[in-house]
Amino acid sequence: MSQGDLRAGPFTHEKSSIARTMMLVMLALLPATAFGFYQFGWPALFLWLSTIGAAVATEAVCLRIAGKPIRPFVLDGSALLTAWLLAMTLPPWAPWWIGVVGGIVAILIGKQVFGGLGQNLFNPAMVARVVLLISFPLEMTTWVSPKPLFSAEAPDFLSALAITFGGGLDIDSMSSASILGHVKTELGRNADLAGALAGSYDPIGLLVGTVPGSLGETSALLLLGGGLFLLAMRIISWHIPLAMLGSLALCATLFNLIDPAHYPNALYHVLSGGALLGAFFIATDPVTSPVTVRGQLLFGALLGLLVYVIRTWASFPEGVAFAVMLANGLTPLIDHYLRPRIYGRTRKGQPISYAETQEGGNG
Amino acid sequence: MRSSAFKLFRIRGGVHPEGRKQDTCGQPIRELPMPALLRIPLQQHIGAPAQPEVRRGDRVLKGQLLATSQGLISAPVHAPTSGVIKSIGKFPAPHASGLPVRTITLEPDGEDRWIDLDPQATPLHLEPDDIAERVAAAGIVGMGGATFPSAVKLGLRERFELHTLVINAAECEPYLTCDDRLMRERAHEIIDGIRITLHGLQVNKALVAIENNKPEAIAAMTEAARAFDEITIVAVPVRYPMGSEKHLVQTLTGKETPARSLTADIGIVVHNVATVRAIGEAVRFGRPLISRVVTVGGGAVHEPGNLQVPIGAPVEALIEACGGLREEPAKLLSGGPMMGQPLPELRVPVVKGTSGILALTTAEVASKPTMPCIRCASCVDVCPCGLLPLEMANRARNADLQGAADFGLMDCVSCGSCSYVCPAHIPLVQYFNYAKGALVEQQRAKHKQEETKRLAAARAERMERLAAAKREAMAKRKAEMAAKKAREAEAAQAAEADDAATEPTDAPVNKLAEPQVGT
Repeated sequence: MSQGDLRAGPFTHEKSSIARTMMLVMLALLPATAFGFYQFGWPALFLWLSTIGAAVATEAVCLRIAGKPIRPFVLDGSALLTAWLLAMTLPPWAPWWIGVVGGIVAILIGKQVFGGLGQNLFNPAMVARVVLLISFPLEMTTWVSPKPLFSAEAPDFLSALAITFGGGLDIDSMSSASILGHVKTELGRNADLAGALAGSYDPIGLLVGTVPGSLGETSALLLLGGGLFLLAMRIISWHIPLAMLGSLALCATLFNLIDPAHYPNALYHVLSGGALLGAFFIATDPVTSPVTVRGQLLFGALLGLLVYVIRTWASFPEGVAFAVMLANGLTPLIDHYLRPRIYGRTRKGQPISYAETQEGGNG
Repeated sequence: MRSSAFKLFRIRGGVHPEGRKQDTCGQPIRELPMPALLRIPLQQHIGAPAQPEVRRGDRVLKGQLLATSQGLISAPVHAPTSGVIKSIGKFPAPHASGLPVRTITLEPDGEDRWIDLDPQATPLHLEPDDIAERVAAAGIVGMGGATFPSAVKLGLRERFELHTLVINAAECEPYLTCDDRLMRERAHEIIDGIRITLHGLQVNKALVAIENNKPEAIAAMTEAARAFDEITIVAVPVRYPMGSEKHLVQTLTGKETPARSLTADIGIVVHNVATVRAIGEAVRFGRPLISRVVTVGGGAVHEPGNLQVPIGAPVEALIEACGGLREEPAKLLSGGPMMGQPLPELRVPVVKGTSGILALTTAEVASKPTMPCIRCASCVDVCPCGLLPLEMANRARNADLQGAADFGLMDCVSCGSCSYVCPAHIPLVQYFNYAKGALVEQQRAKHKQEETKRLAAARAERMERLAAAKREAMAKRKAEMAAKKAREAEAAQAAEADDAATEPTDAPVNKLAEPQVGT
């Protein structure tokens, strides 16, 4: 009976587990991912599989080396989700080894060297993305315009194999720029914004996802839907996404009002690149974001600001990965200073007192 | 009176565990058949154990005093029925440890004959102190599970300016319906107890807080309280831990009890609903606390229900009265599943604080292997005390007790909301209980060490002073001797020289009066 285990209660539990959390996030990613496969064809699927395969294998090897049980940790889905998120941010026709290197870096350097699940300071998927972007700038910025499956221009299975695994196909001939890259380049040439946007900026396309871009970042609507699903399932809370998108939109609006000729508006920033994927799926990574509501609001706001600054003034057209890593680095600091007020105490930790005048103990 | 417009305040955090009360809440309270033996522990309360007043072989009557209370915080124990004292010895406690505690074993004689009682037809004319005295003599303790002697709480009016009595009838633990049934079936007795308690506290306002999921109890209580304007029945939202004293008070008044203080600091005393009924019984009819209502539930029990149980009845008798076990339970508990205690075996007795006996199946316990913390902050969101359970557990696990304390460990009420939601199934409460115990132990050891040090230093100082005094005295005596000798020699000389000139000697001869020994 109960003699063996005399641990304290509770002796009932909510239907929650780490595996369930990870599974729900994957479920939320599914529509945008499936759409990515449809848009970019077989090569996207191959890249996705390469990334996930490498990550899960790395996870298993690391667990073995660390002497931890392999089954429960591989089956919790955390490595799978990390690789999935990374794959979402990769150019869909990137060669297989981009996915493999990314998957290995994410799990090995991004997660396991810190001690495994729950111990990493930085978001592993973003660590891998930044490593890839710096190491392989060409492969990481070669975009293709959508060639939906079963359409005439879509590569068939064999040529898709060649694109991903052969590297033989000359994809330069088909390459196309993402909107962020295009506008950055044009503005760099002292063109004005209207000229840069003309013919390439397509808000409806960004919403639906029929634009060049990363594997799973193009469809704003599907990402938003996935994010709302996570909110409804209480897997994430609204604080980080809203603070991040809000601060990004605020910065964009502010500069757009000051100088509309050079600074695109809020809609452009929110819909393009990795803003939505980042806000709902990456910045909300529990391990690397603050634990308190106030901390999460600050974290999100900071993140939005960093994304804007990097996109606007740094040399890279997209800044979500850098911004996430910078904000991740601040998480311990934020958690140290922003703590909830303890019941019966003031924010300073003194017992509240009703007799004297309240000093610093409001709320 | 019932106030539907009563203004309520939100508490922080909390969880909504599945209620699982439907199996027992519809079943009337049944009387447990008198078991063959009753095992009555001498400590069923917080404080000092009671001292036996009977001997082996004594015949006792129902309600007779078996053991008297010891000291300020203690409670006496009475015979739940008439019979013979079989032994006074040690028996496993109804506690996770199962450690043997002093227990009186009573063999019922089947007559269930009461001792002469001392009823009081007009309890509201008694002096408040008399009420406290009667409550103390009846051995009444908090029946919600805390088992704090109730008379001590009645005495709070001497130290605090009280204005409100709150009756805790939230019954927020899943499964438990004993208070629900009591309110449905004994509403008038409860209201009588509330009026007597109000008088005993010299307070003229009572709020009875009942969770929304007990509409029948709310209706019954509202009806019974109709004639009394001083009593308000308040329906509070269903949210665990609504029954936590300080959080219930906050829900009702919006005021937080300052840390490390009592609700009495803000003028409020909280009693459990079954406790005030027992107070009414004790003061009006002179009946001591010798039985209580216990919910027997859980998926492993054939026919869950509520039983009126004499104190000391073995847990197995309760389960038998409920049709026995359907399967081997994964957990046997005293109390609710959130804060209850695992029981070591079926023989242990029911005590004054036993609100429920639960035999839970594996599916109900829903235990899973522990995984690493992913900092999801679910525990932070649900903590009703505004703590960071993940940080405290992290430190407690690494035996960093001071670190855990700095994160507010001692402000934790062990409600278990954090463990309940944790997706990694980390036993947070276990860590906290361990750290709290170790911290108290550490403080005690530190205090002891400091005391020892202080006493040793004082002793050394005292010894040093004595030695110094002795040395001084010796020196003085020596000097005197020398002086005497000198004088004698001088006198001899003087006698010889026939010259009688006296010289002053320098000190009195008294030596031991000098050193004053003190601290």
